Formats: sequence, structure tokens, C-alpha cells
Amino acid sequence: MTSAISTSTVRLVGVAVAGALALSAGAALAQTVKIGTPTFLTGAAAPAFGIPAKNGVELIVRGINNGELPAPYNTKGFAGRQVEALIYDEAGGGTKQVTEMRNKVQKDNVDAIIGIISSGTCAATTALSEELKVLTIQTVCGTTRVFEELNKDPKYVFRTINTATANNVSAARYIAAKMKGKVKGITGINQNYAWGQDSWRDFRLAMATLMPDVTATKKPQFPKIFSGQYGTEISALSRAKENLVHSSFWGGDLEAFIGQSSARGLFKRKLFVLTVGETVAYRLGKKFPQGIMVGTRGPYGMYVANDPSPINAWFQKEYRKAYGEPPSQPSYQYAQGYLAGKFAYDDAAKKAGKFPTTEQVIASLTGATFPSFVGNVTMGLSKGHQIVTDDRWGVTVWDDKKGEMVLEDVVIFPPGCVNPPNGVKSADWLKGGMKGAKC
Amino acid sequence: MNRLFDKTFWGLTIGLVGLLALNFFLEEWMRSIGLQSLSRGCVAIGLLILWRTGLVSFGHALFFGFGAYTVAMMQILGVNDLFVLLICGMATAGFLAFFLGFLLRKYRAIFFALLNMAFSMILYGVLAKAEWLGSTDGFGVKQVSFIGMTPADDMYRPLLFVCAAFFAYISAVGAHWYLKSTLGMMTMAVRENEIRVEYLGYSAEKAIHVKYVLSGLLAGVGGVIMAVTVGHVDPDSMVYWPVSGDFVFITILAGTGNVGATFIGALVYELLRTYAFEFAPHLWQLILGGSLLLIIMFLPDGLWSIRSELRNRRELRQAKRDSDNRAAEVRR
Repeated sequence: MTSAISTSTVRLVGVAVAGALALSAGAALAQTVKIGTPTFLTGAAAPAFGIPAKNGVELIVRGINNGELPAPYNTKGFAGRQVEALIYDEAGGGTKQVTEMRNKVQKDNVDAIIGIISSGTCAATTALSEELKVLTIQTVCGTTRVFEELNKDPKYVFRTINTATANNVSAARYIAAKMKGKVKGITGINQNYAWGQDSWRDFRLAMATLMPDVTATKKPQFPKIFSGQYGTEISALSRAKENLVHSSFWGGDLEAFIGQSSARGLFKRKLFVLTVGETVAYRLGKKFPQGIMVGTRGPYGMYVANDPSPINAWFQKEYRKAYGEPPSQPSYQYAQGYLAGKFAYDDAAKKAGKFPTTEQVIASLTGATFPSFVGNVTMGLSKGHQIVTDDRWGVTVWDDKKGEMVLEDVVIFPPGCVNPPNGVKSADWLKGGMKGAKC
Repeated sequence: MNRLFDKTFWGLTIGLVGLLALNFFLEEWMRSIGLQSLSRGCVAIGLLILWRTGLVSFGHALFFGFGAYTVAMMQILGVNDLFVLLICGMATAGFLAFFLGFLLRKYRAIFFALLNMAFSMILYGVLAKAEWLGSTDGFGVKQVSFIGMTPADDMYRPLLFVCAAFFAYISAVGAHWYLKSTLGMMTMAVRENEIRVEYLGYSAEKAIHVKYVLSGLLAGVGGVIMAVTVGHVDPDSMVYWPVSGDFVFITILAGTGNVGATFIGALVYELLRTYAFEFAPHLWQLILGGSLLLIIMFLPDGLWSIRSELRNRRELRQAKRDSDNRAAEVRR
């Protein structure tokens, strides 16, 4: 009993002190919404993913805070309050990221987290977001495990990008539509970790349904991640009888692979699907191979470079002006997370008549349809927490006049065509022959 | 009795009481840093035990990861009690150390260090490649119960902190007593002259084997605490070689003078990392490396040597004063 009393006394004092601190802090910062944004600032994922993502965030936050964006986002800030983005490094593994998210929420008092590139980080922090009751909008990670295994009943966690499954399904659909008769078997080279393994499995299953007479290799290549040397794998791929190569390589590994394969003429001999190839296409410029299929996991980057929608036109123009290069997919994907945030805060404020609570913001975002860069997108899966967007595929070609890589022969697959129906697990949907797809 | 309950024992006990008192005031993020320091501190004690024999392991993330993954796997099997999980984590890590010990006790110096690393990288490879082991994404770890009790949400982490503090305390006191025992002291002799130890009738290999198992057990404890604290296990943050590097970093930072110092070293390391990360998001690795360099240059025996350094200076000053006094008396 005594100990209980002393505990509660101590707690009371603690609460009083904390309250006083919060009041003084609140008075100073009343006009900002603090957003924690993890992205790779160091390490192998920084150049192709982390830095473009950071640039996209800085641009969209500037646009939001100054009210520069076209309608309906032409009001200033999130629900009238200026946005302050705390960008921090996503390197260092899941444990480090759990600690950092806790620091950002409990030490720096951020109002929401918008970001996350790696599927590993998403998997590691999902439970924590729920525990800390912090609105978290995941922007790039693609693992289906987030809402299908780890967090089946999400409340605070949202994701504003299609799953990796959607991307591989649409790749298979593109091949089935455009290359019937040309494809004589599929093989793959993917990094030997969760992302690579999942990507190959999804692609193989989707192909088995759509083109059942095309055989898949029994010996796909799975080199170590960050190995950088692919001599033996390229030899094996050159000799393989299958003529279509699937790869989910990204970042430095992808650049190394492209360099080494180009030197040996592999891109001339095989058909290629690079599911996130677009991330390095602008960086490599003319050195990027032509005539191959590259993905952006939705209407982002290269696929919308010429789209005249007002928000997109603003983003393209301002991004090129600010950074001297076109925006690639991570810039779009992170910026889309911030658009979702702005939509939810503004909508909740309108409904509440004052600055909204986190719960009200969540209610506004759940299942919402909101305007993004190219038309509307919907939080359509996993109880309204997982976005569904269209997905696009095309073939690279160098445009001499523009001096950059562009895409031709583009096909747009609607959301219902590449995502499982609500409530069906991605893996079951793929194994069951993708029933219920609306193309 | 007095041999067991010495200054270090009382120091550790006061430390424990201090931690338990602090638990009421800590903000949640501080408690989180504290829990991770306790976890890494346990592993660093294991390294300290090896270090006293002149052995450095660049692969103790192997046992750390084994402890952590045991927690995740046991939860999948339905076991969810912290104390059961701790025993299982220690058992798997300890058994692994026991078996590997037969090989590793034959090696010294760089061969020992790198063989350990090789084994940890084998585990890393297996975990990263096997989908049923979670691949690189790893597993989530659910909230645990405490001897069947499930506390209210706001009491969960404070209670976890109390348990972790007790585990760390028992580990530290146990390690300290071991190091003071004949077997423990002998291993310093092994470092100095192995052949002479053999001539005295002891087996140096057996002594090292015992040490190796103990360090494995301690790393297992650290792994269990870390898995439950973070709520997630994955190969990159539990088994990859930089994780082993972190432990060596902490051991160098703390110095091998005293088991208590390892926890101070672990805490300093956590704080260094947290603030370097916050104030220099692009350069935090550089700051960590730079501080290690400074420690090695200016405090080659670690933070603990500050204490003995101060004592030496005081004694020197005292000695000088004494001799001055004597000289003055002679003159008089």
C-alpha cells in the first residue's frame, strides 16, 4: 500500500512536471505539425532511393507550407499549421529503426511518421506505431506481410503505395499482353533476401497463371545482396535457354549489374523486366539499356513525366528547377505520403471545425479517396489502410530531343487488375489463379 | 564471505537500486535506451571474460542472435513468458557455445576472432536465405508475460526494465565472482604464459572452454532482452558482423577493469549513437568511429581507467607532499 502511494505520488509529480514542460513547449510550437521522415541518407540505398525521396519531401513541404500547390491543396500547411519535417537516416537495421522511431515520437514529440523505404523497417516498426499510437504513413516498402501477417487490424498504420505483389502481377500482365509468342521461358536474377525472394515468387506465380505454357527456370539466380560482381551470374543467364530475365535489383547493385551486362551484350540477347529499374534510369542516362521493361510501382517518375495534371505539372517543373534533374519514383512516393497527410489533416479539420486530433485524422484517411499527382487514388485494401493505384509498364527508349530516357508502348493497368480483392491474401490470390481481378 | 561481497559487489548492488529508483522517473525513450544498454552490457561482459585471457571475438552476435531468435521462435510455438524465454535463450546460446567451444578453444588471437566471425556469418547467411526463418525481414516479437502475469499497458515497459535490470545484475555479479575464482584468475595466467599453466597441472583449453560457454550464455541473455525490448528480430540488427563490432566497441570503450564499467560503456555508446544520429544524420558513423579513435588514443584502457588514473594522480600528489614534508623536517 505504501509503495503504491509513493508510486502514485511520484507519478503525480512527474505528470505535473511533464505537463508544465508540455505547456511551455506547446506555446512555442503551437503552429507547426511535426512529421518524422525516415529515409536512407547513408549507405547503398541512399543515392537511388534515399536522396531523391528526401528531395521530394523537401519540395512538397515547401509547396504545402507556402500554399504553392494547385487546388485542392492550395491552402497553407496541414489544417492551417506549418509542417516541420524531421528527416532522419533509415540505415542501421530494424533494431536501430525501432529505437529511432521511439525517439522521434517520445523525445521529439512528432505528430506523425511519413516515410520508410525498406520492407525490413516497415515490418520492424509496424507494431511500434500501433503501440505508440502514432499516425504512420508508409511510403515505399512493398512487403505484403505488413497488413496480411503482422498488423491484420491496423489503426494507426497506413501505406500509400501498392504492394510488391501488384507490381509483379502487372509486369506479368504486360508480358502476356505484348509479348505473346516472343517469350520462351522465364528466368530471374534477384538479391538473396526477402525483397528478392518475394519478387521472384510473385512474378513466377503470376506468369504461371497468365502464360501457363511458358516454363520458368528451376535455377533462378540469387546472388548475395551488395555483392557488386555478377560475372558468373551473367554467364549463366547468357547460356540459359529461357529468354526473359526478371530482376528486382535496385540501387548500386542494379547499376553494377547494368554496367557488367551491357559490356557483355546481355541486354541485346534477352528480354528484360527490371521491376524498380526506373530508380537508376535517369542517373545512368544514355548508359541505361533501351528496349527493356522498367517499373515504378504505380503512376510515378518516368511514367508521368509528361502528364499534364496540375499537381503533377507543378511537381515536375519545380523539382527540375530545384535539383536540376527529373524526379524519379521515390520522390513521388514520398511526396504522395505527404499529400495523403495533407488531405487527411485538412479533411479532418473541416469536419471537426478546429485542428483535428490524431484519431480524427485517421478517420479521415481510412478508406479515403484523395487527389494525388495523376488523378484520384483510394485507400482500398486492408480495412482502408492500404492504397490501391494503377500500375504502368512500358519499354525504355532514348529521346534525343529531350536528352533523357522515356517510355513507349505504355499500358496502364487499373487498380483492380493488379491487386487482390479486399480481404484476400496476396499469396493465396496468386496461387488461386488471381480470381476476381477486374481488368 | 568478504571475498565475495567486495567493493564491486556493493557497487553493482547500489547500481541496481539506483536503476530501480530511476525507473519511476525515466521517460519512455530513456527507458528504451537503458534497456538496450543493459542488453548490450550483458554481451560486453561476456567479451570482457574472454578479453581477460587475451581473446577477442568478432562474432558474438552469433550467440546474441541465437538468444534473440529463440525468443521469436518460442513465441511462434506459443511460449510467451519472459522467464521461460530467458532460460530457453540462454540454453540454446549456451549449448551452441559448448559445441563450438570444442573447436574454438584450440585457437588464439586473430584466428579465434575471425573463426567466431565466420560462424556468425554462417548463421546470418542461413537466416537471410531461409524464408521460413523470416529471411531478412525477420519476425515480430509480441509482448511477453511475467510468470503468468500480464501487466497493464503503461506498466509493461517499467516492469520489463525491472526484470532486465535484475538479469543484468545477476549476470554481472556472477561474472565478477567467476573472474575472482581460481578458475577465473587462472585465465589471466593463460594469457601470460599458457605452457606454464599446463605445467602447473591445469588445462588451458578447458579453462578457455568454460569462458567461452559463459560468454555465450551472457550473449544469450543480452539477445533475449534485446528481442523483447525492441519487439522485433532480424538478421541485420541481430547477427550481422557490425553488431559484433558494436560489442567490441563497447568493451574497448568501457575497458576490462571492472564488470560494472561495461554497463557504463554500453550506456555511453547508446547515447553517443542516439545524439550523433540526431545532430549529424549524414555523418553519424564518422562520429562513432572518431570517438573510438579518441578513446584508443587517450584512454587505451577504457573509461574505467579514468578512475585509476585519478587515483594514481592523487597518490602521486600525496607521495610528493609526503616527501616534501620529510625534506622540510630534515631541513628543520
